[in-house]
Amino acid sequence: MTTYISRRLLQAIPIMLLLSVFLFGIVRLMPGGPLAQAERNPNVTPQQLAALRTRLGLDQPLPVQYVKWIRAFILEGDWGYSIKFRRPVADMIWERLPATLLLFGIGFLVTLVIAIPLGVYSAIKPYSLFDNLITTFSFAGQSVPVYWLGLLLIVIFYLNLNSPFSDGPMFPSGGMYTIGREGDPLNLIWHLVLPIIAISASWIAWYSRFLRSSMRDVLNEDYMRTARAKGLPIRLVHFRHGLRNAMLPLVTLLALDLPSVFGGAVFIETIFAWPGMGRLFWDAARGRDYPVLLAVVMIEAALILLCSLMADILYGFLDPRIRYD
Amino acid sequence: MTESIATLEPIYSTTAQPESLTALIWRRFRRHRLAFFSSIILLSMVALVLAAPFSGYSPTEQEPRNEFADPSAEHWFGTDELGRDIFTRILYGGRVSLAVGIFSTLFSLVVGIVIGALSGYYGGWIDNVLMRITDTFLIMPVVFVLILFSALLRELPALADFRSSVWIVIIAIGAFAWMWPARLARGLFLVLREKEFVSASRALGANDSRLIFLRILPNSLGPLLVSATLQMAYAIITESGLSYLGFGIQLPTPSWGNILESAQIHVYRAPWLAVFPGLMIFITVMAINFIGDGLRDAFDPYVVHEK
Repeated sequence: MTTYISRRLLQAIPIMLLLSVFLFGIVRLMPGGPLAQAERNPNVTPQQLAALRTRLGLDQPLPVQYVKWIRAFILEGDWGYSIKFRRPVADMIWERLPATLLLFGIGFLVTLVIAIPLGVYSAIKPYSLFDNLITTFSFAGQSVPVYWLGLLLIVIFYLNLNSPFSDGPMFPSGGMYTIGREGDPLNLIWHLVLPIIAISASWIAWYSRFLRSSMRDVLNEDYMRTARAKGLPIRLVHFRHGLRNAMLPLVTLLALDLPSVFGGAVFIETIFAWPGMGRLFWDAARGRDYPVLLAVVMIEAALILLCSLMADILYGFLDPRIRYD
Repeated sequence: MTESIATLEPIYSTTAQPESLTALIWRRFRRHRLAFFSSIILLSMVALVLAAPFSGYSPTEQEPRNEFADPSAEHWFGTDELGRDIFTRILYGGRVSLAVGIFSTLFSLVVGIVIGALSGYYGGWIDNVLMRITDTFLIMPVVFVLILFSALLRELPALADFRSSVWIVIIAIGAFAWMWPARLARGLFLVLREKEFVSASRALGANDSRLIFLRILPNSLGPLLVSATLQMAYAIITESGLSYLGFGIQLPTPSWGNILESAQIHVYRAPWLAVFPGLMIFITVMAINFIGDGLRDAFDPYVVHEK
């Protein structure tokens, strides 16, 4: 197991390096570059520009610049300096990460709680009315653009429906807390409802569908027949013997899905003004704040790589048939 | 004894013309009623956007004093903040969105098939190199990278012309979507290159390109076609999403995404502005997904249709 993990980690290094060369290359080779704003500024003299270039090390050959950048990035945790906010990017990312993790963690839990029973019941009674309903719903959920769903939710629950408890809308259109009520968990939950519905709708659609097909495969296995034959309650057969095995492929699916999950963060956080990584990235992209953009993409890619590695390891623990040596 | 065998009726008539593969697939596809219905919807959608000039309005003509008109007999989907007919703009936007969907799918499919074919057919170090590149692309947070790309490309003075933004979006989406068809094609080529019909063809003197393009590729079209539908649904959603965030198709060229973006600003005054463009994306993508499901069933010999 240890050899497997270290081998996978070793394989991850060239992938990460290749990605960093690629990203560094496209950001640096484009016209403009880090000094574009200073160059356009008439108050900056050519001497000042040259001094700035030397100070930032931009007068050195590109490979030298790259090595310096990647060393600082990995070894010193120096992820660059935001042009717009004049702050270290690392600080900004650490500030925003908890909000994103909270939103997506809860969204993920909600998804599992709803998708698992849906998937299991439609697998037990395939082509029943319930299953057909779920199938229709899941095709709709897979096809609905998350940004449109978010906008519709705002139109319905913010613009048109009023709260039964007080004046004002049923749910807020965005943000994490009402101003003046920061830290209040009830207020947080109130703000979470719409974004959670928007993200989990398509996840529920995908995962319940996936679980349905993997559960249908499991239902035909011999051990399921054995479990039924020895007189176990049918619920126990389905949920303990069946579901456990049907859930296995889901682990891999989750890891493969991560890039699109992070992508969804940009949309959800932009629509609902959620102060997370996605929103940070969008703001940075509009302000051409390249150090922030570069760092966020690198961090997200590293997270994706790490999670897919963890999924593989977890798979080995969950399924004793898999051996990594 | 021999006579009695000879007079036995064969179970299947050998004289009848055997059903061609295309006909078989088509027959099986038609039986998936939702998929068949969806292809009609998709075709009507294409016909509708092609007929955009006949809507009676121009997509850019403004009607001052008729801003934010409710949907009515004259303006089916109402008018926007400049008094432009939303229905017409959605039709013209649909041309762009569907074109981006089709062309970036073609692009990613061609790139993916070439890479997957080389990888699966030759194996060895070629496979190793190509698959490490594929892995690198697969861990990229695609939406982030696309936004980064789009922000950078917008700085190029040569691309300031707004018309070129359609091609930028097509290439950008395709350039970060070829990995899935590549992996699929690789898997198919790995299996098919060991098959007897390929060995037979090789023994007859067929060279590599003949084997790749005329022997193996036609036999892997089914799964690749199914993946093309997934790619197209993905491309349309991604284009609209990028445009919605302001990093895709740039105004004044309309696309479903940027119509939705401008609608968002006015959502308080005219909520219907946000409903229609999204509805078009939703219907189109759902139709494509159903078609994909139908094709999957049609190509899969193990699927037995109930009823």
